[in-house]
Parts: sequence; structure tokens; C-alpha cells
Amino acid sequence: MIGSEALRTPEQGARAALPTGLVAFLDALGGITLLSGNAVRTAFRRPPEWRLVSEQLEQVGWRSLSIVNLTAVFTGMVLALQLGSYLARFGAKMFVSRIVGVSLVREMGPVLTALMIGGRVGAGITAELGSMTVTDQVDAIRALGASPVRNLVVPRLLAVLIMLPVLTIIGDLVGVLGGLLIGVTELNLSAAFYINSLTQVLLLEDVFSGLGKSIFFAYFIAAIACYEGLAVTGGADGVGRATTRTVVAASITVLVSDFFLTKLFMIAT
Amino acid sequence: MTAEIHIRCRGLEKRFRDKAVLRGVTLDVRTGETLVVLGGSGSGKSVLLKHMNALLTPDAGSVEVEGVVLGNCREDDLARIRRNVAMLFQQAALFDSLTVAENVAYPLREHHLCAEQELRERVRVALDMVGLAGTESLMPSELSGGMRKRAALARALVLEPRAILYDEPTTGLDPVVAAKVNHLIRDLQRRLGLTGVVVTHDLGSAFFVADRIAFLHDGRIRFVGPPEEARASTDPHLHEFLTAA
Repeated sequence: MIGSEALRTPEQGARAALPTGLVAFLDALGGITLLSGNAVRTAFRRPPEWRLVSEQLEQVGWRSLSIVNLTAVFTGMVLALQLGSYLARFGAKMFVSRIVGVSLVREMGPVLTALMIGGRVGAGITAELGSMTVTDQVDAIRALGASPVRNLVVPRLLAVLIMLPVLTIIGDLVGVLGGLLIGVTELNLSAAFYINSLTQVLLLEDVFSGLGKSIFFAYFIAAIACYEGLAVTGGADGVGRATTRTVVAASITVLVSDFFLTKLFMIAT
Repeated sequence: MTAEIHIRCRGLEKRFRDKAVLRGVTLDVRTGETLVVLGGSGSGKSVLLKHMNALLTPDAGSVEVEGVVLGNCREDDLARIRRNVAMLFQQAALFDSLTVAENVAYPLREHHLCAEQELRERVRVALDMVGLAGTESLMPSELSGGMRKRAALARALVLEPRAILYDEPTTGLDPVVAAKVNHLIRDLQRRLGLTGVVVTHDLGSAFFVADRIAFLHDGRIRFVGPPEEARASTDPHLHEFLTAA
């Protein structure tokens, strides 16, 4: 309760008239916005400790690589398998690589990578910051004249913002390779044909559209996870509940925002 | 003689949701004294303590530290004030991922106060002061409860504060270790002239370290005075608290 005081609004008056769920949602939205603003101001006023950022880069990037690759390769394989057998009915299985590639790069790569990172990294951030909050370690940072936002939030936010697009590119490549594997072994397409066919239709703007989305997803995941971690109340039980909330909120935010970001990038390009 | 006031609380009120924890607390902490805030569990002692270094902000009322009103300060100014008003947390609050030496060095590194060579020396002196020489490379999980409290005290002292806030310093310690911590609090006051505020419900500890005692009950200060006057107090709640032990 005490460690998260800076994130809270004491206003009570109008809150009583609103449904509890709406109040909680608006509280979280306000808290995340304030925390984000605070993080940006802090990062510009005094650069973050790069040692802390590099630790988080390893935590978010390197340690998530296997789960991202696993998800990407099997998604690519399943897409190719499904589309291959369906398109073969119309004699159009030569288009498999184009459909698999474009859908992976524009859509499934960024979204699935974000969902994996939301689950693995988002939950980890909330659990770590939540444990620090309930054991007074966050208050101890403040009591020592230091800033929890600078030392805890900014490095995590930066690490996710940098690593999610990188992981998305790697995931896209691995997913395409998964599709290629099925194309060659199951659909009897040559590797050269598969790649040529894909490169004929895949545009740079497809890649940028996917990467643009992943930057937004990264912000949503890191901001939600840090806010939930610092707002934990009620000991170990509270940490567990906050971790679950982070995974649910991050996943829903990624899926819902994906629609609007897709519209936005379609208009922009 | 009028003693100089180090920390001045005026009409502090604090609510958490529907629960009023502080209901108009007015309390002065004199420079160089050790003031013990006594009170039962949930009486608001820790909440009061966390107002004294602005870890909490009051819903009403004000806190002044060395004449500076904390409510008017920006976070940067508060950081400077907090360097002079250290705090020992109930659960020690050592950083799990850092060694004892790194924990103690944390505030020095954070504020870039000295070169690495001098930093190591200051960490060694701080650990020596609390009787933890030789524990530099241990992790907090390898320390006993008493050692964790003393390591946290070393971390609080390394910035050479002028005041220190102790939140339940002897809770969870066996009597021998608790006595060591009590002696340490007294010793620090004598040697360094530190102003101390000790929040506790441990009467043995309270009467050992206190120059004055304040009794907090139901969000209000019911008594402030020297330990001998506390024993003779006619306030029914304080009397009950002291005799129940």
C-alpha cells in the first residue's frame, strides 16, 4: 500500500458514484499514464544507469529468444501446412509462401512475439517489482534519496522497447523458415521458388508496419507490468494477483490495439 | 532552555480507503534526542514514521525537517532531505540481488559521492560500526534477522545522516540480538549525535533507548514525555499498554 503511494490518487468524491470495475480501470489508466510521463521526464533529466539497462536487455532479449523462436517456427509451419492443403484444391499452392510470409511479417509475428513477451517478461517484471514493493525495497530506494522510476522502471521500459522489435524481426525470419521447411518437405515446392515468390510481394512497408506495431506493444507491456508491480498491495498473494492482471491486461491490450494499429498503418501507407 | 526542533509534525491526518490511520498528530522531535513512539499494532506508528521522510504524504497537516516543509518540496529536494534523514525498515529492506557491500555502497554510488577506493573504505567503516566486518561478500539471504537489520543500519549510516528513523528495530529478533541492536541505537546517538525516532511496541527496547516517549493510540498522540513520566501517566490507554506487558 505504502510503496505505491506516488501512483495513487486520493480523490474519493465522484468515485463512489461509478461502478467499481470502471474506477479500477480508470485508476490503472491514470497510474500508467503518470508513470510513463514520469519515466520519460526522468530518462531525459538524468540518463539511466547503462549497467541496469544492459542487464534488462539480456533478461528481455537473450532469455526470451528460445520461446519466441519456438512460437515462430511452429506458427510458420502450421500456416504453411493449413494453407498448402487448402490452396492445393484450387491449384494455387505456389502462393503459400506469399500468404505465409506477409501474414507473418505484418501480423502474426509482431502479435505472437508480443504475447509471448507479455507473458514471460511482463509477468517477470511485475513479480520482481511487486516483491520489492511488499518487502519495502522500493521505499528503501526512495528513503536513500534515489528514484525507483530511474533505477527500476526506465531500464525495463527501455529494454522492452529495444528488444521487442529485435525479437519480432528474428521471429519473422524463423517463422518464414518454418513455412519454407513445410513448403519443401510437404508441399514439394523448391526452396528457391519459395523464397523468390515471397520476395516478389513482400515490401519494406510490410516489415515497417510489423515493427511499428511491436514498438507500441512493447510500451504497453512494459508500462502495464511496471505499474502493476509498483502498485502491489497485500504481500505474496497481492504479487500473484498483480502478475495475473499484467498477463491478462497486456494480452488484451496487444490484441485490441493491434486492430487499431493495423488501421492506422493502412492509412499511413 | 528551549531545545531545537529537528522534525516537526503538525495536525497530520492520513486515511487509507475508509480507514483513518492518523487523526491529527502533532509531535516534535528535538535535535539529538531519541524519541520512541509507542503504540499497539495497527495504531499508525509506521505510517507516522513514513511521513517524517515523505515516503507518505499527509491528507492534512504538515511535516517540517530542519525547518523545511516537506509538502512544498519537489522530488529532487526530497531526495536531498532523505539523505539526511535515514530510515531503518522493519523488514530491513536489503536489496536481494546485491551483496552486503553492494547494498551499503548503493547510496554512495547513486549519489556519486566518492571514488571507488574511498567508497570501499566507507563501506568497511560502516559495516565495522555495526559489527558486521567481514560480511561484505555475503548475500542478504545468507544473513540472520539481526545481521540483516544491522546491515540495513550500515546502509542507512553510510550517507552520514543527521537523523535516523527506526521502524520496529527489534521485532522478530531474539533477546540477545535485540539487546545488541538497542545498544547500537544508543551508541550511535552518543557517538554521532544522531536524532532518532524509534517506532516500537517492545517496551524493554523503548525504555532502554528513549530520551522521551510518545504514545500513539487510535491515530492520536495521547502522551509525550520522559520515560519516568510515561510510567506514572494516568492516561488509561497508556497505563493499560504498559501494564499489559
